[in-house]
Amino acid sequence: MAEQNFDVVVVGSGPGGYVAAIRAAQLGMKAAVVERELLGGICLNWGCIPTKALLRSSEIYHLMHRLDEFGFSAKDIKFDLQKIVKRSRAVAGQLNAGVKHLLRKNKVTVVEGHGRLAGKGKIAVEKDGKAVADIAAKHIILATGARARELPGMEADGKLIWTYRHAMVPDVMPKSLLVIGSGAIGIEFASFFNTLGADVTVVEVLDRVLPVEDEEISAFAHKAFEKQGMKLKTGAKVTKLEKGANNVKATIENNGKNETITVDRVISAVGIVGNVEDIGLENTKVEVDRTHVVIDEWMRTGEPGVYAIGDLVGPPWLAHKASHEGVICVEHIAGDNTTHPLDTSNVPGCTYCWPQVASVGMTEAAAKEAGHEVKVGRFPFIGNGKAIALGEAEGMVKTVFDAKTGELLGAHMVGAEVTELIQGYGVAKTLESTELDLMHAIFPHPTLSEMMHESVLDAYGRAIHF
Amino acid sequence: MPITITMPALSPTMTEGTLAKWLVNEGDTISSGDIIAEIETDKATMEVETVDEGKVAKILVPEGTEGVAVNAAIAIVLEEDEDESALSGYQPAGGPAPAAAAEAPAAAPAAEAPAPTAAAPPKANGGGAVQAAPPAPTNAAGERIKASPLARRMAAQAGLDLTAITGSGPHGRIVKADIEKALSMPALAAAPAPAAAPAPAPAAPSSEPQPFEPEFEFVAANNMRKVVARRMTESKQQVPHFYLTVDCEIDALLALRKDLNARGEGEFKLSVNDLVIKAAALALMKVPAANASWAGDGIKYYKTADISVAVAIDGGLITPIVRSAEQKGLSTISVEMRELAGRAREGKLRPEEFQGGSFSISNLGMYGIKQFEAVINMPQGCILAVGAGEQRPVVKDGALAIATVMSCTLSVDHRSVDGAVGAEYLAAFKKLIEDPMTMML
Repeated sequence: MAEQNFDVVVVGSGPGGYVAAIRAAQLGMKAAVVERELLGGICLNWGCIPTKALLRSSEIYHLMHRLDEFGFSAKDIKFDLQKIVKRSRAVAGQLNAGVKHLLRKNKVTVVEGHGRLAGKGKIAVEKDGKAVADIAAKHIILATGARARELPGMEADGKLIWTYRHAMVPDVMPKSLLVIGSGAIGIEFASFFNTLGADVTVVEVLDRVLPVEDEEISAFAHKAFEKQGMKLKTGAKVTKLEKGANNVKATIENNGKNETITVDRVISAVGIVGNVEDIGLENTKVEVDRTHVVIDEWMRTGEPGVYAIGDLVGPPWLAHKASHEGVICVEHIAGDNTTHPLDTSNVPGCTYCWPQVASVGMTEAAAKEAGHEVKVGRFPFIGNGKAIALGEAEGMVKTVFDAKTGELLGAHMVGAEVTELIQGYGVAKTLESTELDLMHAIFPHPTLSEMMHESVLDAYGRAIHF
Repeated sequence: MPITITMPALSPTMTEGTLAKWLVNEGDTISSGDIIAEIETDKATMEVETVDEGKVAKILVPEGTEGVAVNAAIAIVLEEDEDESALSGYQPAGGPAPAAAAEAPAAAPAAEAPAPTAAAPPKANGGGAVQAAPPAPTNAAGERIKASPLARRMAAQAGLDLTAITGSGPHGRIVKADIEKALSMPALAAAPAPAAAPAPAPAAPSSEPQPFEPEFEFVAANNMRKVVARRMTESKQQVPHFYLTVDCEIDALLALRKDLNARGEGEFKLSVNDLVIKAAALALMKVPAANASWAGDGIKYYKTADISVAVAIDGGLITPIVRSAEQKGLSTISVEMRELAGRAREGKLRPEEFQGGSFSISNLGMYGIKQFEAVINMPQGCILAVGAGEQRPVVKDGALAIATVMSCTLSVDHRSVDGAVGAEYLAAFKKLIEDPMTMML
């Protein structure tokens, strides 16, 4: 059995883990990752990346139905679901190989198997029921991620009731689909299957879809989804799922009334729980709050030498947040005093439904609740030349400023390609720009980004093009 | 378009200054690098260099005008291809000029440009008024202080001095969190205006004759006098001073000085003060904890011994700095000090030459002062007051003897330097002074 010594060992090789390991190696530390499944974790193999491949296919399908508008004609527009899935898997496979290459290039040791804390500075790795390695490490970073939360009595079976993982490799194209939960994961799958022609119903227990987004953005998206034929039930709850031979009868409690619908498949997307079990946290001082490991600003757990990052430590459950936590954690271990604790108000979030939704910082309501007097700017896609040229004139850019200091408190966007735009505001927020700096920044014409400028100007009554 | 020349900020504390003298006249052609005016700032008379080229079309602020606000328009320059018609309707950029300046051009013939009164109000844009961006501030050494735009604005709104705040952002950038932290500390969060009037004000100093006051001649304070008054008051009010005194025997030092000066063959002439500067600097290297300044929410420990040396000049005093004195040879220190003191007396020091030292020395030995306590030169942690070297009876090996003794008193800011550190510093200093050959090592 291999016995090895490392400066840093990361348990889990998702976007938090592998990035932490590479950063550690860059800083001259001897680093290893322990992975029980696939390098790159959920994000790369079963999350962010393969879903983007699926959504790209649905976007093309959608555009093909608009060919006439752009001066083309085609007959017999059809799709092959299995080919779409195959492409998505190939994309994931390519990136998985890429991570393997990156780790090798940076001389990060990869230990295959299930890692568990095994005493101070020790990790025991087990594979197929056999102990395969005892690793000693000065610093252990737990990056075991999270998994789909399951509602009691409505557990996924992979056949009729799916989690994201099953929905990503569907064996059949459901004619009708119930999506429980309208967060990013639920809405992306709803959007994918709806675009491909399924009859999609989304049930959200809160009073609006995409409930973490700004209310105006939620409302805008709600309308757009309904226009596409999606059925949205907000403030509603699925109380029962009865499985038939090849369909499911769902009971939905809506405004105090029960209704039942019958669908081919159900996707359960009701949040996630941290993978805190079976990683050796027992008999350590690592504190767990519900399903998340409790950490301080440098990702330290209660147990000296043990750190935790990413989905395991709580929201926002985003790959880029995990990566950044990994970097901060390792830099702090290395004694780099230029590193800074994570400010979650600077973490952008993106949802790749159609239209796309992206945001960073506080919603207008959250800003007001926090006691800010705000100035709010809005700019619609219809006022932007590039959006019109692209045939994507639906959407808006909203900005929220502190009226007193001019601090950009939040930015919220819905519309084509906004996921590619939001980082502009992310940079501005991180640099602590005020409205003046954003007004003085020059946005290239013709681009969708001009709307970002206009929204800022609008907050101060100065929008030019609307 | 005509170019507006504005009142420059020649030091970080400067908000206004006296336009002492114009070195150009209306109609003169100037080019980049020309010295066009002299301005009396907080501490010195400074020359103003232009970066623009063209013809001086109009001098807006006559020489001798006091209280010209920084950024106020002081002159208009026409570019090469422009004639006076370009002035028509031209509003000089910059902040409001003092009333005196505004009146001056008004007296000019009506046919000429309309009199620029106070600067034009900011253009109303759409419905929204825009807040001005505070200018990038500079620290005592004239370097730009790195602060985020938001931090700058928050500091300006709260009346916080950015120079007193330590930045926690990348490369020491002051960020929002630093401002919030500073605001939570009452000492730094100096309200822009005192909340309540100070209790029974003692008879406010006034230039008017007071009842029963003897006859006097009133001398208006120049900017230097105002700064000295303000800074010394602040220091005594805000800095918790304590004092440590030590006697140093300097016979060996005097002998060494004589010896070295003899070898210099007139190329240099070391003073006792030059040796004191060197010893003070080396002692700081031995006790780096004394090379400190209080920064509001922490202590800055300096890596070099930048010694501010108090020099009496006409109407006040100024502290030119021997930078990195620990690394300099005695002759270098001596030559540099002589040159700095010379220019200090002429009022020709540049801001970086008298701002931003790490430790101060004040020497009144030449006046026969035996011992005194100096006022701390904020924000520095220590100032060394050096007395006269005089023959005194000392007890050596149980017998009376005569030695040349120099008393030195260290005034210490207890916020940044504690008693034991101060004592350790003085011990190191005394050792170097009494065994001066060790300074040569």
